[in-house]
Amino acid sequence: MKKAFGPLAALVGVMFVAAPFVVANAPYESTMGLVQKIFYFHVPSWFAMFTAIGICGVASLYHLFKNSPKADRLAEAAGELAVLFGLMGLVTGPLWGRKSWGVWWQWDAKLTIALLLEMTFISGILVRKYGGPGSDKLAAAVGIFGLAVTPFVYEAVNIWRTIHPLTSVVPTLSAAMAGPFWFCVSAFMLLLVVLLTLRVNLGARQAALDELYLAQED
Amino acid sequence: MFFRTAWLVLRKDIAIEAKSFEVLTTTLFFAVACVLIFAFAFVKEGRPVEDAAAGILWIAIAFSGTLALGRTFERERYGETLRALLLAPAPRAALYVGKLLGMLALLAIAEALLAPMVALMFQAALFSRPLLLVGLLAGGTLGFCAVGTLFAAMLVRARSRDVLLPILLYPIIIPVIIAGVRGTAALLSTPPDDATAIMWLGILGAFDTVFLTLSLWTFEPLMTE
Amino acid sequence: MYLRRLLIALTSLMLCASPAFAVQTGVGQGGFVPVDSVPLADQLPAAPLLITAYAFVWIAVMVYLFSIWRRLNKVEADMRALAQKMPQR
Repeated sequence: MKKAFGPLAALVGVMFVAAPFVVANAPYESTMGLVQKIFYFHVPSWFAMFTAIGICGVASLYHLFKNSPKADRLAEAAGELAVLFGLMGLVTGPLWGRKSWGVWWQWDAKLTIALLLEMTFISGILVRKYGGPGSDKLAAAVGIFGLAVTPFVYEAVNIWRTIHPLTSVVPTLSAAMAGPFWFCVSAFMLLLVVLLTLRVNLGARQAALDELYLAQED
Repeated sequence: MFFRTAWLVLRKDIAIEAKSFEVLTTTLFFAVACVLIFAFAFVKEGRPVEDAAAGILWIAIAFSGTLALGRTFERERYGETLRALLLAPAPRAALYVGKLLGMLALLAIAEALLAPMVALMFQAALFSRPLLLVGLLAGGTLGFCAVGTLFAAMLVRARSRDVLLPILLYPIIIPVIIAGVRGTAALLSTPPDDATAIMWLGILGAFDTVFLTLSLWTFEPLMTE
Repeated sequence: MYLRRLLIALTSLMLCASPAFAVQTGVGQGGFVPVDSVPLADQLPAAPLLITAYAFVWIAVMVYLFSIWRRLNKVEADMRALAQKMPQR
């Protein structure tokens, strides 16, 4: 993993630099025009967020039942990244909505619950920061419940007919749009892997430091 | 054994509460105060804003429920009784169920007061479909208390637990509150929109199932130190 | 240290990417696309929104990398300080 990290990070950098060129060459969507191209960053950021939530939830479960500090660090890192990618989705979304809906924010089901999900994972960070000893288990519970609520978010637009485009849009993309789209998705996923590795490494160093402190106190 | 333990925990809570009625009276008073504060915000020229009654009812329930959760578990912490309970050779999930039933009973009393009060003060036709209203209240309260009891129990040994309880609880519980508010608002329209209310009742049922299952499953490892 | 180099590399890469945005607006003002399918007036306000969205993603990643780098530096500094104290005992 360590050997692969450098090239992987470089690849992500190159992909993100190439992404605007790739997207610029994608065809225009007929009704929304240029602003529709936010789609190529907006949807992948949600994909990355849901992946991070999945990792966080599963790692939290593992930590809860097996008491593994390693899984806890993974959950901590994934929780932070869920917030980061969620923030990207929540910022790029209104920029798109401003043009195509005429308002920055719409209180429809998808947006509301996406915001709630973001808040859930922020609360996970807060509890780690201010909860004192034992807060890792608390944060694990937040991660598990966050994962449990996620399917509701994904299905929200399909249950309530709202202003937000359906999630079934993705499989029906035309070939010329699908190429750039999946390019961006893979760039975001690789970015997630790179950031996750960095964050887990930071967590491991912090744990090592705590151990040193303990050893010194004895 | 399981239900006996749950019943014993519930009976213990009721016995303690019956001595002073501390949590019950403070919760009820707080709920009424909530309704009054929102009345000032949502009554314009003597007429309440449309659908405001549904929102006010559920916000009062959520706020006073949080207060009651905090108080109930603060009492357990003060006497170190939760630790003693956890040391007892009883299934942990049964302890959870006992505490949950206590919270449900408390909030049921609060709702029995709140619902007629909101209906009277906001001229809301809450009782046009009494069965649906009871269903929505029961579903919403169960979802709220299922997560609330779990989190309040976990937070007993955490720092700054007073702030953390609403911070952790609300983002997860708001979908339940939304379902409760929208379902209740559907009852308020003339004529009552039964189909919409039933749809929201179904969604509440789904949330309750997920939250209750998860809580029962994770209570044991969460309470292990 | 490795992280700092990564940060610098990413920043310079981002600067390299900026011409793409220039291309983007150029297209918007009527290049390769039939004018009737994309009315000009619709596009002018769209470009800044699009660029803001892309720039935000970049900036968010940068800020996050910076925060990791800072936290890591702090941990390493604490570790060095501790290691210096240890042998004296």
